[in-house]
Amino acid sequence: MDRLAFDMAHLLAGGLVLVSFMMIYQDRLYALLNVFALHAVVLSMSVAWQAWIQDAPHLYITAGIALVFKALIIPGALHRIIQRLGIHREVENVVGVGPTMLAGMGLVSLSIVLMLRLTEVADAFAREDLAFSLSVLLLGLLMMITRRNAVSQVVGFMSLENGLILAATGAKGMPLVVEISVAFSVLIAFIVIGVFLFRIRERFDSVDISALDDFRGDKK
Amino acid sequence: MLAVDLAILCVGLFLALALAAIVASGKPAASTFIYVAAIVPCGLVGIIGLTVLLGGVEVSKAVLPIGLPWLGAHFRLDALSAFFLFIIGLGGAITSLYAIGYGRHEHEPHRVLPFYPAFLGAMVLVVLADDAFSFLLSWEVMSLLSWALVLAHHRKAGTQKAAYVYLVMAGFGTMSLLLAFGLLVGGEGGYDFETIRAGVRSPVAAAIILSLMLLGAGSKAGLAPLHVWLPLAHPAAPSHVSALMSGVMTKVALYGFIRVVFDLLGPLEWWMSPVVILLGAATAVLGIFNAMMENDIKRALAYSTIENIGVIFAALGLALAFRANGMVAEAALAFTAALFHIFNHMIFKSLLFMGAGSVLNATGLRDLDGLGGLIHRMPVTGLLVLIGVTAISALPPLNGFASEWLIFQSILTSPNLPQSGLQIIVPATGALLALAAALAAACFVRLYGVGFLGRPRSDAARDALEVDRFSLGAMIILAAICVLAGVFPGIFLDAFAPAVTLMLDGRVPMQADQPWLTLVPMAESRSTYNGLLVLVFVAFSAIVSAWAVHRFASRRVRRSPAWDCGFPNADPLTQYGAGSFAQPVRRVLGTILLRAREEVLMPPPGDMSPARHTVHVKDLIWDGIYAQISWAINTVATRMNRLQFLTIRRYLSLVMMSLVLLLLALTIWN
Repeated sequence: MDRLAFDMAHLLAGGLVLVSFMMIYQDRLYALLNVFALHAVVLSMSVAWQAWIQDAPHLYITAGIALVFKALIIPGALHRIIQRLGIHREVENVVGVGPTMLAGMGLVSLSIVLMLRLTEVADAFAREDLAFSLSVLLLGLLMMITRRNAVSQVVGFMSLENGLILAATGAKGMPLVVEISVAFSVLIAFIVIGVFLFRIRERFDSVDISALDDFRGDKK
Repeated sequence: MLAVDLAILCVGLFLALALAAIVASGKPAASTFIYVAAIVPCGLVGIIGLTVLLGGVEVSKAVLPIGLPWLGAHFRLDALSAFFLFIIGLGGAITSLYAIGYGRHEHEPHRVLPFYPAFLGAMVLVVLADDAFSFLLSWEVMSLLSWALVLAHHRKAGTQKAAYVYLVMAGFGTMSLLLAFGLLVGGEGGYDFETIRAGVRSPVAAAIILSLMLLGAGSKAGLAPLHVWLPLAHPAAPSHVSALMSGVMTKVALYGFIRVVFDLLGPLEWWMSPVVILLGAATAVLGIFNAMMENDIKRALAYSTIENIGVIFAALGLALAFRANGMVAEAALAFTAALFHIFNHMIFKSLLFMGAGSVLNATGLRDLDGLGGLIHRMPVTGLLVLIGVTAISALPPLNGFASEWLIFQSILTSPNLPQSGLQIIVPATGALLALAAALAAACFVRLYGVGFLGRPRSDAARDALEVDRFSLGAMIILAAICVLAGVFPGIFLDAFAPAVTLMLDGRVPMQADQPWLTLVPMAESRSTYNGLLVLVFVAFSAIVSAWAVHRFASRRVRRSPAWDCGFPNADPLTQYGAGSFAQPVRRVLGTILLRAREEVLMPPPGDMSPARHTVHVKDLIWDGIYAQISWAINTVATRMNRLQFLTIRRYLSLVMMSLVLLLLALTIWN
């Protein structure tokens, strides 16, 4: 059982990293949203598995929140935003896919090397979880800086937050209050960013953030 | 009631006075009231210090429930604190007495009055503090209050720059102290001095702490090359504040250095002492040389303070060297000499700053080239300043000679040191200090000769009037102490002995046991000094020669122009001036130390304009260190400006880069 538990946890966390790579690869917005929904699903499975093996029922709530909000509501809402903004055809590339993937691999190896060496005293579950969650976090950040469209930056931010939740659930004894507050803060961030998206659009007829830079008088 | 509680009560009195000064702001009698009232707690503090010193080592402690919640504020009064309490109390009381008269001429007294008593209180707190937190806090409060006092005449040209430089230097000094205490406390976090004292440190850590203390306490005391604020701030402040800052506050800085290096740090390796010795000697020469070149009286006095701080640091370094080699008697001698010089410098530098203040009040001038002949207009001030300059030039039988003689005595024992490095360095230091002493004599002959003798160089100097009785009274007390400490130095050495014993477990021989009031620096001594004998000799020979001159020369009173150099009745400007007096020394040393260059501008034949002789000097330390640092900061800041105007994505990239870099560093470091 213990062996299986570890392998499953490992698989799900590793799956999360894999999906993060898929997100980096996607440069079309609808496809990106679908992958993000998948990301959230894998996260909620991972959290649920942690709840099962840690025998911590409150983690089911976290998993539920992740599933409902991140796999359904947020992608759906972003879908509608894209439709209403009419940007579903936009292809965006600041840095090519190849270099981004390479950078992502570098970040993942960095986080694994670092975390495995730093957490030698911790138990195996936490070690793997921390290594993978740091990878997810860095990949989310990478996504934010390699995209130009505000919507995909929101997605990058959300996936970064998924990495945080993965780390939090891997460590035993994380209080429920913290998780719920994190979840709500993400929701609020989402709302705020959503509002801002429309405001930006109203002003500049585009959600390409380089329009903001133009407005400030900067060169591209 | 414990002595320490009484001292803290005095601090409370000072603070109450500060509040009263705020309330009474604008009332005409406020100035007199505050200064008169400030004498009381000052006198109390001085008496407490003296009582604890004379009553032997009676350590009293107090903990106040203020400050950090789990720490409280610890205060302690031991012999060393008592010595410095005595310095603060005596200096503060006499300065307040002086200020009763001097403060009447203040145009905006409300800019001085609230800060003055609070500043005194903060200095008392620094000396009493017994944990790192209260020490640093009171140190910083002391710095800020003195900064406010420097800024009192903020409309005068140069004051704002002086205050700014002072603030920067004070901030730098406190930061160094903060780091030093951080290292002293270590990881365990025992902030009270007792825990720190018990700690053990590696020689490297001790060396770093010593260097940080040299930076922190040195920048406040005026150790080169951190002395730049003194010649700016002392002239800018009102004269009684200058007296207090120069005479007392620099001593509080020395207290910080002594407390940490001699008391808290524990034993030091011998190779750290040459740094202190050489820095001190270099500071002494540099300071007095600059004083010699200076035309502004108060700036010259500020530079002279730097010289004396250098002398004291050299003596402290000697004490460190002797202590590291277990030579207790020699260490005690050097340390006693340092303490005695601290006391003496407080006395005569306060006296001279008060004299400068009186001259400033009487003439409105600080520039030597505008003064002259003041001894006829202000005879009492002239006599008192004469005593002060004699003392500071280390002429017997006054107190400056006694303490410098002790320092040289301790230098003369250096052949007993086991390390050949020190055997070379210490006599070389002796030579430097001798040079400094000679230059000091020249400097003060110039100051007094140009300022007080000869003929007045301006109308203001010609019409000067003697200052008020309070100012004169304060200066008379100081001059009397100068004579007293010079003629009976043994009494003072015996009084200061408990502080020496506390730091070094040794002391100079009991001076009261010596016959004929002779000063005996060491038990098996080769040389002794008797101030009384010298005084008797000086008085006797002076009276005899005066009698002889009057007996054998014509009794007729003759009046003739002073210093007329063969040009009677010419313009007063033909006299020997400040610049002319400095010229020989400037030509010898100034070409190196100041890059002094003389330029003679001769008009071509037929041109009626006068020939001009100009001297160009550079401040190498300012140009070489401070101007460079300020240039570097400006350049970097200008470059960093571009960071204000990055795109959102670039900001995010910056965050990401720094995160990844830190993670990488962590990976490699592990």
